[in-house]
Amino acid sequence: MQRIIFSLFIIALAGLTACNKSVVDRTANLAPLNPANEDLNAGTWKTVLLSRPDTFAVAAPVATSNPLYIADLEEIKAYQANLSGDQQAQIKYWSAGGVLRWNEIMLGLVTKYNLPPYQNPDGSYPIPSSTNPFAYPNFPFSNPPYAARAYAYVSAAQYDALVACWHYKTLYNRPAPYQVDSTVKALAGKHSLPSYPSEGAVLAGATAEMMQLLFPDEIANIQQKLAQQELSLIASGAAARSDVTAGEALGRQVADLFIARARADNAGKAVGTPAICAGLVTTAQANSQTPWYSLETPSRPPMLPLFGKVKGFLCDSATIVSLRPGPPPSTSSADMSADVEAAYTTITNATRDQMRIVQFWADGAGTYTPPGHWNAIADGDFINQNFSEVRWARNMALLNMAEMDAAISCWDIKYFYFNPRPTQMNPKIKTLTGIPNFPSYVSGHSMFSAAAATILGHILPSRATAYMSMAQEAANSRVYAGIHYSIDCTVGTTVGQNVGNYAVQRALNDGADQ
Amino acid sequence: MRTIVLFAVLLLLLQPARGWAQTDEDAIMMSKNNLCVGPMYGHSSWDHYWEGTYHRSNANLGTVTTQMVSVMGIYGITRKLNVMVSAPYIWTNASAGTLHGQHGIQDLSAWVKWEALEQNIGKGDFSVYLLGGASVPLTNYIADYLPLAIGLQSKTLSARLIADYQQGRFFATASGTYTWRSDITIDQNAYYTTSLHLTDQVDMPNVAAEMLRVGYRHTDHLIAEAIVSNMNTLGGFDMRKNDMPFPSNKMNSTMVGAHVKYSIAAVKGLSVDLDGGYTVAGRNVGQSTSFDFGVYYVFHLGKKTSHNTSNQSKTN
Repeated sequence: MQRIIFSLFIIALAGLTACNKSVVDRTANLAPLNPANEDLNAGTWKTVLLSRPDTFAVAAPVATSNPLYIADLEEIKAYQANLSGDQQAQIKYWSAGGVLRWNEIMLGLVTKYNLPPYQNPDGSYPIPSSTNPFAYPNFPFSNPPYAARAYAYVSAAQYDALVACWHYKTLYNRPAPYQVDSTVKALAGKHSLPSYPSEGAVLAGATAEMMQLLFPDEIANIQQKLAQQELSLIASGAAARSDVTAGEALGRQVADLFIARARADNAGKAVGTPAICAGLVTTAQANSQTPWYSLETPSRPPMLPLFGKVKGFLCDSATIVSLRPGPPPSTSSADMSADVEAAYTTITNATRDQMRIVQFWADGAGTYTPPGHWNAIADGDFINQNFSEVRWARNMALLNMAEMDAAISCWDIKYFYFNPRPTQMNPKIKTLTGIPNFPSYVSGHSMFSAAAATILGHILPSRATAYMSMAQEAANSRVYAGIHYSIDCTVGTTVGQNVGNYAVQRALNDGADQ
Repeated sequence: MRTIVLFAVLLLLLQPARGWAQTDEDAIMMSKNNLCVGPMYGHSSWDHYWEGTYHRSNANLGTVTTQMVSVMGIYGITRKLNVMVSAPYIWTNASAGTLHGQHGIQDLSAWVKWEALEQNIGKGDFSVYLLGGASVPLTNYIADYLPLAIGLQSKTLSARLIADYQQGRFFATASGTYTWRSDITIDQNAYYTTSLHLTDQVDMPNVAAEMLRVGYRHTDHLIAEAIVSNMNTLGGFDMRKNDMPFPSNKMNSTMVGAHVKYSIAAVKGLSVDLDGGYTVAGRNVGQSTSFDFGVYYVFHLGKKTSHNTSNQSKTN
């Protein structure tokens, strides 16, 4: 008996130690990007900031018979003769697509920096400073408006840089190293796209340059990613050193245009001042409305009250004002009482499936935010589309410019009406996710999701219905969570669609679908 | 026997070890064909927690309270082989802030306990026990809703070694436990640990725990003991400053406590159990103060034999 029990015990132990726990990202094992269409006319597509595709000169490459180029080929062969396991993994990783991988890196950075600062001993809150990014609180606090803007700048800079890149690719028409020399292996797949300047290096340069502004703490980390991508491009045989050098320089030059714009787009002033916050209260009171107040302890100043003044990519300031919907029900009205009561009823009867929906779309502190969630959704679908890098970048730029302008419009509306959250009107309303520290009307999730669904549905018409139903679910999640009245979400969805349509208008006229 | 739920609840973030009583943690065995069952109530609360190593309070949570009711059963297959089963109903609440509490049936836990060795050493009695345990979630509660989630959704398997020495009515019991935890699926499809993960699967670090119990033991009359316990997740990550907790955090805690079990003389087989504990050190857990209370009754199933003069063994 004892022996049997002991044996069972040992067998169980052995079984346990053999348990294999491995969690793998959805995009960890992708095939190399293999575009269905190289979009060789992309050098003519409409850019965002770049006035001409050749605004920044890229010198003609040397001939492939030139000793300098022969040296480039020898460098590739030397790498290929001695590829480490790590280098092979890097080649595989980056060959899935530079736009995809840099977008995932951006998602990671937003997630990492999306934490509200901890209070000072006196109950005030420190404000992250771009002039002192390494001190706590680290700069930036990548909350949803900040994140939407960061995604937009990076995506738009990548897009413009790739349009310029395609212009020079077709102008110079330099073949890839594996086409010049048959002893060079094509470890990341074969393409007909000219390789000078390297599109991967353009992406690396443009993104790394933008990070100096957006995530200055991360420059060393980003520089390492850039080096890994560039080495992968070379070692895979996809690009020569000279293709990469020219590409990175072009990417950085184009990004500098976006940095200059970003420094003057009013985002630096969006945090507001105590006087501005006090003015929002008195304005609401003058209109006989109960003003919003922070439900955090200690009371935290509202998030980025002047973000509505940021310069959008798709909508100018007059358009932002024209997007404003009519007011929510007066805080003293019977309609408002009914909305509060409805919010209370919803939260007290939440089903497990509603809680799942709340958690799935929560995208709160410590996440990549709702715009990031829609980036991840787009990435997941674009992987199957075999887009060229430039088309992928164009589509991400359209998505993220829509998200940034949705953030601007939403924040404009929120601070124009300064409407209290349901829990402020009835403290018995507990919430299934953290209560956002800004006014209720209209729902940011609803706007971000409707804007994203609108432009993504234009890009992938077969998914349009699915995107709208996802956007509807995201909007509903905020009602289920007890943090919004349902009118915040229905109106937010409508305004979000209107913002998304500006991106659709751009898409119809940027030359990419001709 | 409440400790059957130890691992169910132990691994709940900000809600560490509780339940000190028999018998998955002690050196008591049910006699053959005896079934011990009873209800218990547990209460645990904290208003300070460790965010990584930083000890803090949070005015947006106030005091976080977890309460539990549970029914447990222990059955003596033989005098040397016992099985134990339990399942708690748990409800949580935060006294401040806006977060909604959770409630529901948590995990089914089971242990098999085997007295592998018993022999006299000197004037005392030395015994060794081997235990195997498992737990599975009984409901689809939310795991990634800490600190108010009622559990972590992980399936677990545990192995435990207990050594006990008793001389007269004084004893010391030491135990060590290793718990394997399965990956969990959360409602979000991306999350951050020390980097972004684009998946809804979460790798849960395993757990090692140790416990020392010293006291007076007069089985079927009175047991009174002092307890020190420690648990460490083997891996996991620290909460960042002002971040919310996550199921795969590194969760360490050291608790001190006491346990009393008193057998009611007037009703043979009836006992009451009371224990309390306090978290003296921790990492990514709440500094909880907990107590629980249980009433147990031992039934004898099957024919009475001369061996069953006591409900439980370990009578010196």
